Amino acid sequence: MSVPSDKVGKRYPPLTYAVGREKIREYAAATGFEHPLHHDLDAAHAAGYADLLAPPMFVVVYCASLFQAALLDPELEIDFAHLVHGGQAFSWQQPVIAGDEITTTLTVKDISERAGLRFDTFETVSVNQRGERTAVGTWSTIIRGEER
Amino acid sequence: MGVEVGEQFELRVTPDRYTTIRYAGASGDFNPIHIDEQFALSVGLPGRILHGLWSMAQVARAATDAAGGDPLALTELSVQFRGMARLEQEIVISGEVQAVSEARARVKLEARQGDTRLIRNAQAELLLR
Repeated sequence: MSVPSDKVGKRYPPLTYAVGREKIREYAAATGFEHPLHHDLDAAHAAGYADLLAPPMFVVVYCASLFQAALLDPELEIDFAHLVHGGQAFSWQQPVIAGDEITTTLTVKDISERAGLRFDTFETVSVNQRGERTAVGTWSTIIRGEER
Repeated sequence: MGVEVGEQFELRVTPDRYTTIRYAGASGDFNPIHIDEQFALSVGLPGRILHGLWSMAQVARAATDAAGGDPLALTELSVQFRGMARLEQEIVISGEVQAVSEARARVKLEARQGDTRLIRNAQAELLLR
């Protein structure tokens, strides 16, 4: 199994995602986030928001294509057939509102091997159009060695 | 809000047979192991499995519900993925409040489906207000 640890620190070009009102409704419906602030424009306005509020886990929507692009980077030599998502962490800062434009950067934080398994860690940092941080993500993958 | 150390809570949710289809569209993750029964079987899975991040979203929901439902109460969540989750079988997310300070609570959660542990050692931080 290849372990290209010299790629730790590699950073990918930032990606900007425009947050749409119907995308928030669609994501919230698909995950069961029923709070009115994700669905009801009047409720969002009454709470002082300009538009619908994204559920916290909407972070995966605005980070997903960057994460997928990193996994497809040939320099990382990821064996898809044996790849599993091992762990995930997020911290949240500023709320995300429909109409926001969120720019995310992704960095390879770790590539290491233990007991025949390869462990990769990626970090995403997302900011809104005012440069305020909205979320930081830590994405951990495990690649199993060839089957014995 | 009255969140106390040792307080326990639970969320039960049963994904239906189209949950992964809707989630694929909503999230952009169209990995065929989640949406194509024949493909999933061909790679040795017992059938289509749920997206791990969908299950994490249920853990996030359980945590925000424990804080009274405010979506902005959740300031941190980390999970470790374990077993694979199947469609049309109930998932139970259980949590316990570990620590409470003036304005914050730390809770520990896990998600199970029958005997399968889907998510273990989940830790959430909640803002209380």
